[in-house]
Amino acid sequence: MIRKSAAEMAKSLASGEITSVELTRAHLDQISRVDSQVNAFLHIDREGALEQAEQVDAKRRAGERLSLLAGVPLALKDVLVQKGIPTTCGSKMLEGWRPPYDSTVVRRLRENGIVILGKTNMDEFAMGSSTENSAYGPTRNPWDLTRIPGGSSGGSFAAIASFQAPFAIGTDTGGSIRQPAAVTATVGVKPTYGAVSRYGLVAFSSSLDQAGPCARTVLDAAYLHEAIAGHDPLDSTSINAPVPAVVAAAKDGNVGGMKIGVIKELQGDGYQPGVLRLFNESLEILASLGADIVEVSCKYFDYALAAYYLIAPSECSSNLARFDAMRYGIRRGEGSAEEVMNATRQIGFGREVKRRIILGTYALSSGYYDAYYGSAQKVRTLISRDFESAFKLADVLVSPTAPTTAFKIGEKANDPIAMYLNDIATIPTNLAGIGGMSLPSGLAFEDGLPAGFQIMAPAMKDDLMYKAGAALEAELVFKWQGPILNLAPKLGAR
Amino acid sequence: MALRYEEAIARYEPSLGLEVHVELATVSKMFCGCNTVFGAAANTQTCPVCLGLPGALPVANAKAIEYTIAIGLALNCSVAPFSRFARKNYFYPDMPKNFQTSQYDEPICTNGYLDITIDTDEGSKDFRIEIERVHMEEDTGKSLHMGGATGRIHGADYSLLDYNRAGIPLVEIVTKVIDGTGRHAPEVARAYVSELRDILRALGVSDVKMEQGSLRCDANVSLRPIGSEKLGTRSETKNVNSLKSVERAIRGEIIRHAELLNSNQRVIQETRHFHEDTGLTTSGRSKEQAEDYRYFPEPDLVPIAPSKEMIEKIAATLPEKPSVRRKKLQEAWQAPDKEMAAMINADVLDLVEATVKLGADPTRARSWWLGEIARIANERSVAASDLAISAADVAEIVALIVKGELTDKLARQVVEALINGEGRVGQIIQSRGIKVVSDDSSLMAAIERAIAAAPDVAEKVRGGNIPASGALIGAVMKESKGQADAAKVRDLLLKHLGQG
Repeated sequence: MIRKSAAEMAKSLASGEITSVELTRAHLDQISRVDSQVNAFLHIDREGALEQAEQVDAKRRAGERLSLLAGVPLALKDVLVQKGIPTTCGSKMLEGWRPPYDSTVVRRLRENGIVILGKTNMDEFAMGSSTENSAYGPTRNPWDLTRIPGGSSGGSFAAIASFQAPFAIGTDTGGSIRQPAAVTATVGVKPTYGAVSRYGLVAFSSSLDQAGPCARTVLDAAYLHEAIAGHDPLDSTSINAPVPAVVAAAKDGNVGGMKIGVIKELQGDGYQPGVLRLFNESLEILASLGADIVEVSCKYFDYALAAYYLIAPSECSSNLARFDAMRYGIRRGEGSAEEVMNATRQIGFGREVKRRIILGTYALSSGYYDAYYGSAQKVRTLISRDFESAFKLADVLVSPTAPTTAFKIGEKANDPIAMYLNDIATIPTNLAGIGGMSLPSGLAFEDGLPAGFQIMAPAMKDDLMYKAGAALEAELVFKWQGPILNLAPKLGAR
Repeated sequence: MALRYEEAIARYEPSLGLEVHVELATVSKMFCGCNTVFGAAANTQTCPVCLGLPGALPVANAKAIEYTIAIGLALNCSVAPFSRFARKNYFYPDMPKNFQTSQYDEPICTNGYLDITIDTDEGSKDFRIEIERVHMEEDTGKSLHMGGATGRIHGADYSLLDYNRAGIPLVEIVTKVIDGTGRHAPEVARAYVSELRDILRALGVSDVKMEQGSLRCDANVSLRPIGSEKLGTRSETKNVNSLKSVERAIRGEIIRHAELLNSNQRVIQETRHFHEDTGLTTSGRSKEQAEDYRYFPEPDLVPIAPSKEMIEKIAATLPEKPSVRRKKLQEAWQAPDKEMAAMINADVLDLVEATVKLGADPTRARSWWLGEIARIANERSVAASDLAISAADVAEIVALIVKGELTDKLARQVVEALINGEGRVGQIIQSRGIKVVSDDSSLMAAIERAIAAAPDVAEKVRGGNIPASGALIGAVMKESKGQADAAKVRDLLLKHLGQG
């Protein structure tokens, strides 16, 4: 049962074939079996999950009308607050903190009767591409336990790739949903900025952060997308417009006549040959399905990484200022408030977080603001314009999700630039605020590890990427003779 | 030997810059739904947003934006079609997010002015105070430093934090450099803050209570030698909590600066704290190394883009300007300049107007508010408006006096009783047994008793010794326990003794 899709589980629950308690227990058992190897979870809410499951079952027994996903379990990235449940953001800073309120995403999950199994591991405050920057140890890739599962939502994706949960919530600031999806052979969607409320999402970079679904199928991602998206008066950047019909688009899965633009700048040097070959095979499939493949150029993308590493750290330097030991989280040192703040931040934050706080503080300093933060904002505008022009030529744009397959744990830990380059293809969509999806394109010939295919759609046209993604997925699953995760090594108790 | 103000002003030209912070009287905070009532138990008016909890997000209060636009319009400013909030970054324990959400290079209102008039020995003088900007921000929490002698952070054992005030909407109104006021600088500053306060009150956007901190003024002062063009180094005085203090603080700073300059010392650019008790300022934190606040546009809030229609709608609801209104009232009441100024000073104009609206004669209404009531307010060091007496009470009392049911003396007792919380006018009159004895026959009986008791005095009065009647009047008043109308007793008595 745990290897089924969330949609299939939902059907089994609706038909009475299985109860939510049984389904939840099956996942909790799988967590017990494999998570000591994967380290996907930071907190497992066994009692809470079973209680939620029992409530759904009781309602179902009473004949209440339930939402489609009611009773299906889910894993939640530890960057979203859930009332009373420890939320650490992968940082020592928040060790032991239990938020007194629910994020809007959690509230929507509850309204849909989705059972939250626990909180998943992540790079500290979502800063990283490997989940190695967690204060609670790295998460391992179920495809190869010596490799990274991507990041920063590595815990969520490792959980679903190892069947500890059918789907999960991740967040994506520069690729943190799409890159781990790519390296774990799963589906990850960063919706249009403002589509999913950020209320209760502990901010890394406010103008870039976006929560989204992590799933094993495009359709599951669509169901979860519809469950969590929609206007929220508590987030003023949330878009007040109907959620695009992503489930219908995923069910439709038709690319006949769709114009698909290949971004010239997001391939070539720096991309692993196996990743590029899979990308081109996917393009051929789409063409065979009737899509019209065109090449587009986005010449300012070359500056995207640099702009991102000014804007995101700038915002983070301010967002993370609140962690000062005065009101919550750990407290270290003694003496004046300033001394306590100093000592706590010294101990509470990891290296990468400190690096970005220092970068951002510098970029916003008087005398440097215009050259750094100011220029980066201009680049951001130019990248948005690049997308606008490209979307005049194509309905959706595509690229490999990440330049390489999963690298070894520790391999890039001391080379931040090499680490940052992982997100080269995913960062532009965050800067422009548009949606992006990654789905598996296959296993690279060099190392047999998964690679991802990225689809980008104009703002609030998220349905287009589901449509294209579902079409490609159907063909690939047929080619693989089943879900790609069937090819992953089986994990078991050691 | 302290320098005299006149000496300072004879050598130096003062320049002022005034920053006024106003707490808006919105029901909820600037960026969350928390209550804004003053004086609630510590930390009871907080939520994840104003406590800056991880994940919480601000949403701008639409009413606060409307109020700010109204203030800008009343101060003749232009309203920006597009403006943004910005983060002002610095660490302080009473600031939950360690940044203040404010506005920086894109304020909502800019370039206005406010005309004021001051009374001088040479007659009234007009000044135009130019406004640089009006912008919105959130207030911080409050730190209470415990232990130590001063209540200041230095030497304190520990500090208590109250976040009830954190996130209260504030509007900051900043003037351009105010120049050319010469020796009148302190009065000009006071008149500006006073006029601004009246405007804000008329707009109904704030309760403008300086003593509660809902209106706070920071005064920048600098001096330069007369004839010199270049502005001198400024000091910024904070903690100025009354109109009188605005005047005193600036006067004090002018003298202090002049003393420094006279002895060839440097004025240090710094924040100074004003002390009500001594009228002096002490050094706060030095601003020589300007703090770098790393302002940048607040990414959690969307820009403010008020439509033309919205601005026009707000403009259409603006109340009459206080200066125009005052002129109208003065004419209607035929009040002399001095009394008008006294009413403004005592802050009872609204109360007098309300009393007159309820039917009281303007002269009587203002003489009560400026006389007995002002005296009691003064005695208790509170504002007349804070006393437990309303315009309706005064109107009722005036009506009773006109009807002859109260004398001035009895009315004063009623006023005092009202203020002491003894009940409403009718209840006080009843419970205290206050009653004007005006019934002629009972008065006559009392007069006759007084004459019978002192026939010799009566004889003197009959003989033309009018002052001797005092003893008889006194006896009648004593018998009536002071409730008789003394003037009436005198009339009746003199008539009875053939002197009327």
